[in-house]
Amino acid sequence: MPVVICCRDLRKTYDGKVEAVRGLNLEISAGECFGLLGPNGAGKTTTIEILEGLLPPTSGEVTILGQSWKSNAREIREQIGISLQETRLSEKLTVRETIQLFASFYRCPRPVAEVLEGLQLTEKADAQVGELSGGQRQRLAVATALVGSPRVLFLDEPTTGLDPQSRRQLWEIIRNFQKHGGTVLLTTHYMDEAERLCDRLAIVDHGQIIAEGSPPELIAKLGGHHVVEFALSGNSHGDNTLWQSLPGVDSVRNDDGMVSLSVCEPHRTIPALLAKVEERSAQLEHLTTRQASLEDVFVRLTGRHLREE
Amino acid sequence: MKGYGSFMSPVAEHEPSTFNRLSTPAPHNGRWTGFRYLLGARLKEMVREREVIFWVFVFPMLLALGLGLAFRNKPADITSIAIVSSPYAQNALSLIQNSSQKNVIHPEIVDLAKALQGFRLGKYDVVVEPQSPGNVQYYYDPARPESVRSRAEVDDALQSAAGRKDVIASSSVTSSEPGSRYIDFLIPGLLGMNLMNSGMWGIGFALVDMRQRKLLKRFVATPMRRSDFLMALASSRLIMMVIEVVLLLGFGIFTFHMRVLGSLWSILLIGAIGAIAFGGLGLLTASRARKIESVSGLINIVMMPMWIFSGVFFSYSRFPAVVQPFIKALPLTALNDALRATILEGSSLFSQSGRVLVLALWGGLSFILALRWFRWS
Repeated sequence: MPVVICCRDLRKTYDGKVEAVRGLNLEISAGECFGLLGPNGAGKTTTIEILEGLLPPTSGEVTILGQSWKSNAREIREQIGISLQETRLSEKLTVRETIQLFASFYRCPRPVAEVLEGLQLTEKADAQVGELSGGQRQRLAVATALVGSPRVLFLDEPTTGLDPQSRRQLWEIIRNFQKHGGTVLLTTHYMDEAERLCDRLAIVDHGQIIAEGSPPELIAKLGGHHVVEFALSGNSHGDNTLWQSLPGVDSVRNDDGMVSLSVCEPHRTIPALLAKVEERSAQLEHLTTRQASLEDVFVRLTGRHLREE
Repeated sequence: MKGYGSFMSPVAEHEPSTFNRLSTPAPHNGRWTGFRYLLGARLKEMVREREVIFWVFVFPMLLALGLGLAFRNKPADITSIAIVSSPYAQNALSLIQNSSQKNVIHPEIVDLAKALQGFRLGKYDVVVEPQSPGNVQYYYDPARPESVRSRAEVDDALQSAAGRKDVIASSSVTSSEPGSRYIDFLIPGLLGMNLMNSGMWGIGFALVDMRQRKLLKRFVATPMRRSDFLMALASSRLIMMVIEVVLLLGFGIFTFHMRVLGSLWSILLIGAIGAIAFGGLGLLTASRARKIESVSGLINIVMMPMWIFSGVFFSYSRFPAVVQPFIKALPLTALNDALRATILEGSSLFSQSGRVLVLALWGGLSFILALRWFRWS
């Protein structure tokens, strides 16, 4: 598969001080949906805006569809679609007028009716943007990105602040675009979004990629595929090493009294855990077991939760 | 990148089925399609914004109406006078009431204290104190023109009613022709001010608003030509300018029977140069600001001196001679002077070339600087 988005040793320093991106490498192939996952302030938006040609990098190289922003900006623009984080489109224009306006910028845009239909906006075509709900506005934002018939779609936090139904509608649209050969790069701080939508992910923290791979690969790297969480009454859980020694435990984490064990075989670990609790004559207040998620990967890698500020 | 030649757009190939839609062929856009849609969108946005319609079109007419009525030429000024009550007051009163000026003098008999207090407050223009049948004393203020005039008028009324004979027979012809009234002076000034206001707000404010909403950034993320965007903004201003000029002049003609001596084409051409000059200034004001609050302040700072000095409501010749060159260099002064010369005196466009040059310089320099500093995101 040809590489569609490529960057090498990307760096961005604001005002000579703040290092937002610190040496980032990416290689995204045609037809892939690639996600940049990370907490707020990790450098995701800076990275995607450099790739979109909206911010100059301090150093590093960017190639989009085999072309560079320096020499072929207009050609690249004709072939990519962009949805920025929080663009407020003109409130007084209707949905149709907005899409027509964006269509007029491209040499060969898609028919407006087709885009309206594809984004489930036909009913709202003659409503002014000011009257739309959050989900409809976000679909309109994506519509303006798709109207140019792009080969690559850049989406910066496409579903932030949306209700679950609107999010699913957008996922559907993104998958549809990808199903027909489009390449997608998106940023998100939602794990479920990354897990469902992305073929490959890069977890970004402090301007660097700290892990990269498909969601199952990343989870597999944790060592355990399951997480056992428990809490003991009266903070009597003692030292982490106590639990590390249980059979099948890969790692232990203590989050304010909630102990998480990363395990491969919960059926071996749980009986041993219960025995240990009994032995210490402690009271079990909470016990759950679940599949490991990207959140666990992130916590493991950074020691923080994804949504923490 | 190798292997790129064979990398045919997979999206385009599957296009019709992407959103399983109609097989309408995709339109091919020409060089000016983007410009046309940008201009159309800008005009629609403005027309749909009721506040814009009010401030740009209705407000100047209300201002013209209000000021035109307040300072309309009254048939004749009525002189209010106080006659100090005394045994001779009645005599003085009947003399005035029998004089030929009886219609323009409004006398009242009051005591001295009341008369002087009323005089101080501007209720009376002059106080007349009859001291004996053949002797009156006037209280008047030589610094108040209407007081000076009233004193002369009352004296004239008393003298002639008492039997003075004029040695020269005189008659007068009066004139209050359209063209020399306050409203005639005012309307071109309002027109200039309105072109400044709508240029500064219509360009400056609109741009910063779009920047703050990240709409500018969204536009430059498409293949849109930046020059098309700026040209569309300028064109929308020109279209608005034509409407502003025609409405306000039409209002003056119909409501105040104003006489327009210059040709509409010269007026529109000067209006266009003015609109472009203030559009450039608006662009410059908006070139860096990220917040509408900060650009609002900037716009007001830029416009303030022109409201005061550029002769919108009164002639700037009243300002001291030292500041005159500075005043004449302001773009609004040049615009107002050129509009007044064309509208009121029918001056040729060529005779206004100096003022047009001042406008063009302001517009051109602002535009060049604005493009250098302009921030799209």
